[in-house]
Amino acid sequence: MNKIWNEAKECMSRDEMSVLQGKRLVKAVNYVYHNVEFYRKRMQEAGLEPGDIRGLEDLTKLPYTTKNDLRDTYPFGLFAAPQSEIVRIHASSGTTGKATVVGYTRRDIDVWSECVSRALTMCGIGKNDIVQVAYGYGLFTGGLGAHYGVENTGATVVPMSTGNTKKLITMMKDFGVTGIMCTPSYLLHIAETIIEGGDLDKIKLKAAVCGAEPWTEKMRQQIEEKLHLHCHDIYGLSEIMGPGVACDCEFHKGLHIQEDHFLPEIISADTLTPVADGEEGELVFTTLTKEGIPLIRYRTKDLTSIDRTPCECGRTTARISRFRGRSDDMLIIRGVNVFPSQIEAALLEVSETLPHYMIIVDRVNNLDTVEVQVEVEERFFSDEIKELEKLTKKIESILKQAIGIAVKVKLVEPKTLDRHEGKSVHVIDNRVFD
Amino acid sequence: MLIKQVSVFLENSAGRLQSVLEVIKEENINIVSLSLADSSDYGVLRMIVADAERAKDALKKAGISAHLTDVLAIKLPHTVGSLQNVVKTISDAGISIENMYALSTKDANACIVIKPADKEAAISAVKTLDLDFVTDEEVKAF
Repeated sequence: MNKIWNEAKECMSRDEMSVLQGKRLVKAVNYVYHNVEFYRKRMQEAGLEPGDIRGLEDLTKLPYTTKNDLRDTYPFGLFAAPQSEIVRIHASSGTTGKATVVGYTRRDIDVWSECVSRALTMCGIGKNDIVQVAYGYGLFTGGLGAHYGVENTGATVVPMSTGNTKKLITMMKDFGVTGIMCTPSYLLHIAETIIEGGDLDKIKLKAAVCGAEPWTEKMRQQIEEKLHLHCHDIYGLSEIMGPGVACDCEFHKGLHIQEDHFLPEIISADTLTPVADGEEGELVFTTLTKEGIPLIRYRTKDLTSIDRTPCECGRTTARISRFRGRSDDMLIIRGVNVFPSQIEAALLEVSETLPHYMIIVDRVNNLDTVEVQVEVEERFFSDEIKELEKLTKKIESILKQAIGIAVKVKLVEPKTLDRHEGKSVHVIDNRVFD
Repeated sequence: MLIKQVSVFLENSAGRLQSVLEVIKEENINIVSLSLADSSDYGVLRMIVADAERAKDALKKAGISAHLTDVLAIKLPHTVGSLQNVVKTISDAGISIENMYALSTKDANACIVIKPADKEAAISAVKTLDLDFVTDEEVKAF
């Protein structure tokens, strides 16, 4: 069996965990009340004072936080620590042009690395391993979050980032890399490249830790079969921390949440009330120890269910099932969060097009592809193919700037895209996640 | 000197060209000549028709993206080098040709449709040659 990084925390009894969570919740609520104007006002509006929250049983009295709250307080409005204590900023896509910005104190970074170490240990990775991190390095939490976690574990990190599969495979062979962290679709692509190149017997990979996009149990098994390794599912979101919030152990019966730092709830997205364990609903997190940007009852919009029974691996931390989808229209494309509203806002800046569009997402050779169909404004129609191609390139470049990933633009005739009364259908997602 | 060309934006999908041609037929308009340019996603249909205005209006009414573009239509004798001579004259004047296709006529001449980058300059250049232009009136009579 794989080792456990922090038995004291990961294997404590449910009662002990509840006591610890209760204590930390009380402290966290006090902390945000006194340090974040937004939360003080929210609590006052709900008729709450910090003293009203005495333990876990009072959690449901607290108001929810949403991604829009982060947008409305852009950039640093929800930060609880002064700038002098913030040592790093990360950002992800917001629902409109504005990014969702998060800040970390030195201690937050330590907690994050601790969580990633717990996850890596779950996956059988330790100090004798060499790990390639092939998430994008930058504002996205994937690269740096994984990176510091590997270092904290004592393993050797190879900061590959994304984009050069050939070099990645060469180093994988030459360095004797034993672990890899990247999106599952990228790993499948890597796997196929390795197999096509006849390099399978030259690699020593034993564990893969994949996340940052929705995938299926079937894909996980495919990766294991193709590369003869153990493949694990790691979960996280920048608002809460980044990768490492939860991860699955070698029994693959759900993802263990690092519950001493992140308090989970599953609620009905319709009634906004908690649902029973095992029932599907929206995942909500309250950060228990975060200093930079602590969040109270943050609605992740990810749909899952929770299981608090002990796991065969010895851990007692609650497990969430593989994600079933989203309760909003956010798309995760090649690990990047994309909202249709971002694409819409960007298209409005292009005078040659009509504000009608259709986003078609597909998975070709294990990589996500996006086609945006756009209606050409009559006046700007040109009988020159080169002019139309120029327009296509212009829109592609504007969209890439807006959402951070390359998309294919297809011009279509005016009035041919769906125009429903009321809410139009703007997205066709052909990827299969079951 | 310039005649009207009907340009139509077409998605690359089965039956799209047919639906455009059907509108023209229903309007009882003769198509004199056409060329079809295509990319992987869409095509541009360029047509010389007997009544360009009416064809455009009918297409628009049918929800098809149609536009009128001015093009040069030049009569050429059926002799070796006559096309080369016209193209050379235009290119020597420093004018690029954006697109070009043949126009079918009833008389003994060949005929070429040219969309130059600079129409007025192209007309001046071609006028130095002893060649006739096709007019809208002639197109109607084809």
